[in-house]
Parts: sequence; C-alpha cells; structure tokens
Amino acid sequence: MNKTIGHSDRASRRRPLRKWAAEVKKARFIYLLFVPTCLYFLIFTYAPFYGITIAFKDYQVFKGIFESPWVGLEHFRTLFSSAKFPELLQNTVTISLYRILFGFPAPILFALLLNEVRAVWFKRSVQTITYFPHFLSWVVFGGIVFNFIGPNGIFNTVLEALGRDPVNLTTSVEHFRTLIVSSAIMKEFGWGAIIYLAALSGIDPQLYEAAKIDGAGKLRQIWHVTLPGMRSVMALLFVLSLAGILDAGFEQIYIFLNPAVMGPGDIIDTYVYRIGILGANYEIATAMGLFKGVVGMVFIITANSLIRRMGEKSLW
Amino acid sequence: MVNDIGQGRDNPSSQRMAASSGLDRNPAWAQALIYGVLATLTLICLYPMLNVLAISFSEAQAIYGNPMMVVPESFTLEAYKYIFSTRVLLNSFGITVFVTVFGTLLNLMFTITGAYALSKTQVPGHKLMLWMIVIPMLFGAGLIPMYILLKELHLLNTIWVLILPKLVAPFNMILMRNFFWSIPDGLEESARIDGAGELRIIWNVILPLSMPVIATVGLFYGVNHWNDFFTGLFFIKDNTKWPLQVVLRSIIIDFNMLNMGATTPQATGDMSRLVLQPENIKAAAIIFAVVPILCVYPFLQKYFVKGIMLGSVKG
Repeated sequence: MNKTIGHSDRASRRRPLRKWAAEVKKARFIYLLFVPTCLYFLIFTYAPFYGITIAFKDYQVFKGIFESPWVGLEHFRTLFSSAKFPELLQNTVTISLYRILFGFPAPILFALLLNEVRAVWFKRSVQTITYFPHFLSWVVFGGIVFNFIGPNGIFNTVLEALGRDPVNLTTSVEHFRTLIVSSAIMKEFGWGAIIYLAALSGIDPQLYEAAKIDGAGKLRQIWHVTLPGMRSVMALLFVLSLAGILDAGFEQIYIFLNPAVMGPGDIIDTYVYRIGILGANYEIATAMGLFKGVVGMVFIITANSLIRRMGEKSLW
Repeated sequence: MVNDIGQGRDNPSSQRMAASSGLDRNPAWAQALIYGVLATLTLICLYPMLNVLAISFSEAQAIYGNPMMVVPESFTLEAYKYIFSTRVLLNSFGITVFVTVFGTLLNLMFTITGAYALSKTQVPGHKLMLWMIVIPMLFGAGLIPMYILLKELHLLNTIWVLILPKLVAPFNMILMRNFFWSIPDGLEESARIDGAGELRIIWNVILPLSMPVIATVGLFYGVNHWNDFFTGLFFIKDNTKWPLQVVLRSIIIDFNMLNMGATTPQATGDMSRLVLQPENIKAAAIIFAVVPILCVYPFLQKYFVKGIMLGSVKG
C-alpha cells in the first residue's frame, strides 16, 4: 500500500516536471528571441544596481567598488544633515507642485475647448500647430523662449511700448518658477490634450441624450457626462505626475539654469549631475540618486494601489 | 443672438443634429469666444517660432529695428553660411544622423524580438521575463552607478554611449508586445500548418501586420535620438564627439563658438559684421535643428497619435 502510494507520488511529481521540460524545449525559439533583450537589461539596468553600494562605501576609484571599504549610512547622514538638502528638496517639490497645479488642468481645458469646434479645418490647424513644440528638444525650445524674452525680444519690446521697464527674465529669481512652468505648459499643452480627446470621442452620445432629457444645460452636461468620461485618464495621469514629484524635469531646468537663478532653480537632478559627474563626489551623488529612486518607487506603488482602490484603471 | 440661443434650445431639428455629436451646440457668442481663445493659443505657439525664422534670415539692422517681425525685412543667408562654416556643428550633425538611423534600427531589432517573446504568455517563465522589463520602469539605479558602469565598459566618450545604453525603452517594448499579443493566434497556426518556420512566421505574418506599431515605435526612438541631450552631456566630454543637441546648447544658450573651428564673426570683414549678430546666428542654429523634425512632422503627428491610442487601450 505504502509502496504504491510512494510510487505514484513520485511519478506524478515527475510527470509535471517532464511536461515542463517539454514546454521549455518547445519554447526554445522564444527564449532565443529574448536573449538580446535579456542581455541588454542585465548589463544596462541591473548591473548598475550593484553600483548603488557606492552610497554605502568609501569609494576609491583605483580600488573599484568591490574593494572599497563599507562606511554604512555615513553618506546619508552627511547628506540629510547638510544645509543643501532641504533647499534642493524644497526647490524640486515646489517646481513639481506648480507644474501639477497649472500644467495638469491646461490640456484638459484645451481638449474641452477643442471638443466644441465643428469646423474640421480649424480644429486640424490648431492641433497641427499646438502639437509641434512637443517634438522639439528643450535645447531648441529653450532657444525659442530665450529669443522671445531676450533683451531685444518680443516680450521686452512690448513692455517698452507699454512704457514699462524691460525685465531680464533669464536672470530673475522671482520669475524663475513662473518662466519654467509657463514655458513647459506652452510646449506640452497641445500634445497633452490628445489622450483626453481620445477619451472624449469614446463617450457614448446616448449619455448626453439622457442628460438632455433630464433637463441638463450645457454646463451640467459637461459636468455630469464629459468630465466623468475623462475621469479614468485624469486619475491615471494625475497619479503619475504625483509619483514623479522628485522629477522636476532635468532637461528643461538645466537649460534655464544660470548662476543668477541657482537659488530657486537648483533641483535634485542638477545637483547630482554637478557634484557627481562634474565634481566626482560619487558617494553623495549616488546616495542622493538612491533617495530619489526609492521615494519615486514608493510613490508610484502607493499611487497605483490608490487608483485601483478608487476603482479606476490602474497601471498594473 | 437671442434668436440663436432659441434655435439651439427649441428647434427640434437642430437638437437632433446636436444629439448626433453629443454635446449641445453653443450659442453663437460662446462659439465665437471658443474660436477666439483657440486662435489666440495657436498664435501664441506659432508667433515665437515664426519670429525666430524671420530673424535667422535678417541682417543686424533689421533685427534691432523691428524685433517683432514675422517676415524677414532684409533677406540674407549669412547666418546660415556662418553656422555651416563651423566644423563642430556639422560634425555633430553627422554624429546625430548616424545615431538616429543606426540606433533606431538596433532599437527596432531588439524591441521587436523581445516584444514578440513577451507576447507568448504560455511560455514557462513568462512572468519572470515580463517583470524583468517592468522593474526598470519603477526603479532606476540613478545617474552615478550608470556613469561608473559605462566607465568600466570603456564606453565613455565614444559614439556607442549614445546608442547602447538606450537600446530598449521598456514602454515601447510593452506597447509593441500588446500589439503582437492582440494578433489572433490562428494566423500563426495556419502558417505553421503550411510548413512555415518560426522566423518565416515573424517575417511574413507578424511584421506585415504590425507596420503601424513598428512605425510608431520607430518614430518614438528616432525622435528621442534626435533630441537626446543628456546622454551626450553626461557621458561625452570631448566636444568633437558631441551630438547635435549638446553643440546646439553651447551655441544657443552660452553662445560659445570659440572652439568651433570657425572664423569668428569679427574676423570676416566689415560687411558681415553688420549682418551677423548673436541673434541671427542662434536663430539659424535653431532652424537648422527644427527643419529635419519639420520634414517628418506629418508622419510624426499621424503615428504618435496612433501610439498614444495604442498605449491607452491597454496599459
């Protein structure tokens, strides 16, 4: 009795294994196709994970990462107790929050306006022109903005015509954030509307019909039908932008940054670049990068479970 | 105007028309306001760009005389002649063209093969493979570990640093995987019954069906290579190896042409000193970088919009 049980047990254990081996063999072509991708990710995204240990070591270039001695949390203590850290954090978060506050509603409003347009040629021209800046790099778009606000630019010419003193916005501390946020909105509001327009075109016209029968006016139709129709996209994008709160946009900021606006403009990423790559202070820069990476990960996981709990379509 | 509002509300025929397109029609004054706001926004986008274009073709006097122009007042190509005489800009243009063309080809090869493998959900270990590309979207090691890795691999200061670390963008791979995944299995099965090998199936069945998504992802990669600024900034110190955007930054933002292998504006004689100014040289450099984007813009608009739609169907 016992014997037979043992025997069948072993056989049933072996059978799935053999089945599994057969499936693996059958899929060998698929694995072969995955090899290049696998190698790429192992080398260029997983191997750098080992480099994170630099944040916990006294990194000596000639010894290499492995041989360098451990120092525990020393670099984090130095970082968090420095006067620079709260300043960087505040700059980064402030710029991000301004971006969300003004930049998030802009494409939604634009999509709502565009949705009212019936003349196809007009709609298409507006879209073609407002989408275009999205495809330009920040170097080029920054150049266009600087031309606009420069000493001989349109902005100051208009100010002078109005009898006001010209302002040098590129070096103005008090206007730095406004300049960053408004130029970013100008570059992306058109493009950002696409996803909302797609959501709008997916709304069932019968919902509007029902709202009308219930006596809803135009604004109530927008409030009760149009906006709920965009809600899942709005939730997703809002949550994503919250998750990226420590990402204030290196490329743009770097273009607009100069010694005069270092006060409000120095963010985590510009600091990491400056002290890490230019200053070769690898440990502190790695620690700062790790702090940003961990906070970003925690935020995005929290955000995802939040929208899932709200009953909206989540990221995973 | 009162009449118009009345029509929108009461006239049954207009109500039926409005119903077919969803929302109520606006009264005429509101509609005019909407068109006005949109036209203004469009002009705000367009005006600075036209201004740069006009300045790039203008002589110094015209630029200071009428800085707000949209049509060049005096036509000259001196600024363009000057930027084309700088060796570093042309050199960086060559580098970026190579990186964009060759890099995008490699991107597509890696992304197509990987995405096809990931679209086969029945394969043992599928979950593991999927997580392998999802984790990098959630957490990255940061700039410095990457820098040290590239240093160890001796990729710093080479053209390959612009291509190899960016071979696969996880988002693009998932976009493509979702597309492959939505292709009915029956198509592959019937090709297999007809005796087609695995490679043949991909080449003759999957790829022809996937041209829209391949074009979309290819353009995503291409534009990213063209506009790539920080890879060059972070990982290439030698300015003769800089890609276009990094050189553009030193022209447009710093106006630093000293090491550019060109004769400085002052040295080219009195005539051109009246013509050449930082303003029109910067403007010409901007236009130089915008023109290639403009040339492919019709495709960009079409396929990028398609990509956004594909991405929003399945996250």
